[in-house]
Amino acid sequence: MTLLKIDAIDVHYGDFQALYGMSLSLAEGETLAVIGANGAGKSTLMKSIAGLMIPTVGTVTFDGVDITKRPAHTRVSLGIALTPEGRRIFPSLSVEENLLVGAHVRRKGPWNLEKIYDAFPLVADRKDRLGLNLSGGEQQAVAIGRALMSNPRVILLDEVSLGLAPVVVQDIYEALPRIASQGTTVLVVEQDVNHALRVADRVQCLLEGRTVLEGSAGSLSREQIASAYFGI
Amino acid sequence: MEWLNAVLQGILLGGLYALLAAGLSLMFGVMRIVNLAHGALAILAAYLGVVLSQNFGIPAFATLIVILPVMFGLGWVLQMTLLNKSLVRGGLAPILVTFGLAVVLIQLFQEIFSADFKSIQAGSIATNSIVINDQIAIGVFPLLTFVVGVAVIVALQLFLSRTRSGRAMRATSDDKDAAQLMGINNRRIYALATAIALTTVGLAGVFLGIRTQFNPTYGDVTLVFAFEAVIIGGLGSLWGTLVGGMVLGIAQTLGSQINPAYGILIGHLVFLAILVFRPTGLLPKAVNS
Repeated sequence: MTLLKIDAIDVHYGDFQALYGMSLSLAEGETLAVIGANGAGKSTLMKSIAGLMIPTVGTVTFDGVDITKRPAHTRVSLGIALTPEGRRIFPSLSVEENLLVGAHVRRKGPWNLEKIYDAFPLVADRKDRLGLNLSGGEQQAVAIGRALMSNPRVILLDEVSLGLAPVVVQDIYEALPRIASQGTTVLVVEQDVNHALRVADRVQCLLEGRTVLEGSAGSLSREQIASAYFGI
Repeated sequence: MEWLNAVLQGILLGGLYALLAAGLSLMFGVMRIVNLAHGALAILAAYLGVVLSQNFGIPAFATLIVILPVMFGLGWVLQMTLLNKSLVRGGLAPILVTFGLAVVLIQLFQEIFSADFKSIQAGSIATNSIVINDQIAIGVFPLLTFVVGVAVIVALQLFLSRTRSGRAMRATSDDKDAAQLMGINNRRIYALATAIALTTVGLAGVFLGIRTQFNPTYGDVTLVFAFEAVIIGGLGSLWGTLVGGMVLGIAQTLGSQINPAYGILIGHLVFLAILVFRPTGLLPKAVNS
């Protein structure tokens, strides 16, 4: 069953067009990786789903409902959660308070403080620390935990590995199957193709605001992906 | 002993300043709005107190039952209509809007209540005092004002740190876009912040109206003292505002002790000294976003 459907959207930042007739479809329970180089439009795509950017053309449909123009804050209670690029942890709130703010809309579901602490021991250890005093990896783990606290039907993970030590990225990616096993649909955005291929059922590759390749993770060859990624 | 008395009276006066400044501090802390209509809104509450007590015969303190909800509602509507619209136009717009609002309010006060000084009659509580010895006496009303001022700061702090809405307010203050991604409607959070701020302004205005004689422009003086309390304490910090109010109050009463004409002046000088030597205030907010 299709949970999220994006149909031919154009997105602009002022005069600059970031997405051209972008389409995407996400089935309930699957893990899709959106890959592409810097500036391919991956984050813009995420923002259009979360409601931080509104497409000028095209529609975004979630669970059969047209949400193209719904404000961002109303999408969380529908079950859409985004861990934004740059993590955006609330610096003056403690880790636990960050997680509690994630549960602001009080959606029912499998995730609560206890489960998050169980899935991310790193977060549990730091629960009284201020957001300000976290390392990049800790911030990323808190950001994912915070998004899960809203018990989303789909979680959008933007640039999980960006700027993190490989060992930390490893830890975070190891937690992803556990998220998917709760029935949560996962959309990961990555520059690092290897990470994306490891967790995803399906891959969609963007280049300069357009989809240049898509297919199941197993069916695509390295060469295909490389040429799509770099546009050669 | 005279000096001890001056310090004591200064602390009590500081409670009034903290009460006056709490709303200013909250609005700045949450939205970075500098509310120049703060003083005029306090005077609005004071005039409401005069009308309710004189024309409707409601006891001075009982007028709060009407005034506080009115100020809460006014704050909500003000934020939802004027201020939220002005916030998207950058930092200067809300300052101009609140300045304009202050001008409109002051002219309305002139029109309706004339330029005469008025006050809210509260009977003997306004003048009674507790005599400690022949040199020190504590006024019942200043003591009550102090207690209410401290209680308001403590209550606001508890609200911000312990409740779901308070947490959402702090999150929005840190990063409003990220807060939206948590399902927080920042416009409503702002409306709640202004509504709460104006409720404290209402409380402060009625206490001011009982304590002293005021006229339509009296809010300007009030605004200056409230600003000084906020800045001495540190922008965006409620505990700082409480401390700032007391520092200002003590400076003024000690100044008056030296020479009755110097009280206000010494208060201003202490404020300037803080700006020069410790511009972040005494208890600056731990995080600056």
